[in-house]
Amino acid sequence: MRQIEIVKVDYEYAGGAGPVTALRGVSFDVGASEFLCLVGRSGCGKTTLLNLVAGFLSPTRGEVRIGGTIVTGQGLDRGVVFQDFAQLFPWRTAQRNVEFGLEMRGVAATERAETAARFLRLMGLERFARAYPHELSGGMQQRVAIARALAYNPAVLLMDEPFAALDALTRDEMQRLLVEVWAQTRKTVLYVTHNVAEAVYLADRVIVLSPHPGTVVADVRVTLPRPRDPLSVAFVDVQRAIVGHLGGG
Amino acid sequence: MRLPRTRTVLGATVAFGSAALAWEAFARSGSLPPAITPPVEAVVAAVARMIGDGTLFVHVGYTLARIAAGMGLAAVVGVPLGMVMGRARPVERFVLPLVSVLSPIPSLAWVPLFILWFGLGNTASIALVFYAALFPLVLNTWTGVCAVNRLWIRAAESMGANRGAVFRHVVLPGALPFVIAGLRQAFARGWIAVVGGEMIAATRWGLGWVIFDSKEFLNTDVMLGSLAVIGLLGLAVERLVFAALERRTVERWGLMRGAAA
Repeated sequence: MRQIEIVKVDYEYAGGAGPVTALRGVSFDVGASEFLCLVGRSGCGKTTLLNLVAGFLSPTRGEVRIGGTIVTGQGLDRGVVFQDFAQLFPWRTAQRNVEFGLEMRGVAATERAETAARFLRLMGLERFARAYPHELSGGMQQRVAIARALAYNPAVLLMDEPFAALDALTRDEMQRLLVEVWAQTRKTVLYVTHNVAEAVYLADRVIVLSPHPGTVVADVRVTLPRPRDPLSVAFVDVQRAIVGHLGGG
Repeated sequence: MRLPRTRTVLGATVAFGSAALAWEAFARSGSLPPAITPPVEAVVAAVARMIGDGTLFVHVGYTLARIAAGMGLAAVVGVPLGMVMGRARPVERFVLPLVSVLSPIPSLAWVPLFILWFGLGNTASIALVFYAALFPLVLNTWTGVCAVNRLWIRAAESMGANRGAVFRHVVLPGALPFVIAGLRQAFARGWIAVVGGEMIAATRWGLGWVIFDSKEFLNTDVMLGSLAVIGLLGLAVERLVFAALERRTVERWGLMRGAAA
């Protein structure tokens, strides 16, 4: 089943010297429960594409469909995790941050608390439910953000380089955790990154975008069994193939 | 950095002690007539007298009630106005020039006009506090709304928050640090305004009125005593109300580090 359909999408924005084309003729599908990574150099429009799927932007031409319905704005069928730790609400505890989406849906307080506690536990944060974001490390804050995006049970999880600002060790840990959580929740994931190794570690499929304007240059299926070993020959081969598509090493 | 409590207290004691000694030396030097330079013990005795007959509490009560009323009104008008300015461009373009011109005018410069308009009494003092407190509140709230992180709004919207919910759950708490800073500034300006206003516009009660009234009878001990009360009371409100408010919100949320010693 196709969960996300991106159909002949162009996106233009107003630049200093007339309209700039950020994306041209981008088309691909993401299957239900598929983990898809969007890879490309900075400026290739991968974040723009994610924002189109999230409904923060509207395509100039073409359309984005989620579960068969055309996207016209934000919706509770999608959860979004950003790169910036500042995405959490500083005035709410971890628990209350995770409850936010449920609160917006009018879920009763006790049920909200139970659900939030469950997702905090899933992310290994049950002991920090009452902590405020500034009392948590960067990795923990991103885990809260993931719990928050999962808590109201969206079908699709959109992630914009969520681990890019973390140190390498924490990032490795977070990737392992994310794969586990994804295996348990079976969400459809659209994950933007510029880090090829990360994409190969996480994804079922990697879409490579080239810049100016952003177009799809490769669609690579990664069939390595999980958990993946980033030092294995097979892993490095896939990585090399994708780097080849990116061009210029 | 925060000094250990005992050291802070010790430092303050030494500072006030030295100031009292210096004053005492000056008062007894005879450079000015003793009648207008009362020694410290006379000032303390005057305050004790005012506490004893209860008048001090009435004066303090009037002054605090006037500043509370003026600040309350300023908050009711200023905070929503600042919010609307931050969210609606046309309002911002209309209000900002007015605020920019009115804000630098010292509130006390309005006293004669306010007396003509409102007569002597509470209304003039309250209007003065309102004037002094309004602009810090408007400007800080406006800045706070403009400074709300776009990412918070985006995150809230992606979780199904509509305009009203974004305003209530994101813009309001997000702007709160600035609103609190605005309240502090408003109090500092309002405190000056209320005491100054009472000197001229009040009848019978208020800390500013006491000072002005005492001049008629050369009661310099009462004047200095009232000044001390004004200083200590201002400090107490600042520490007990605003610093506490800040500790419970902004500092707890990590939106400001180590401020408000």
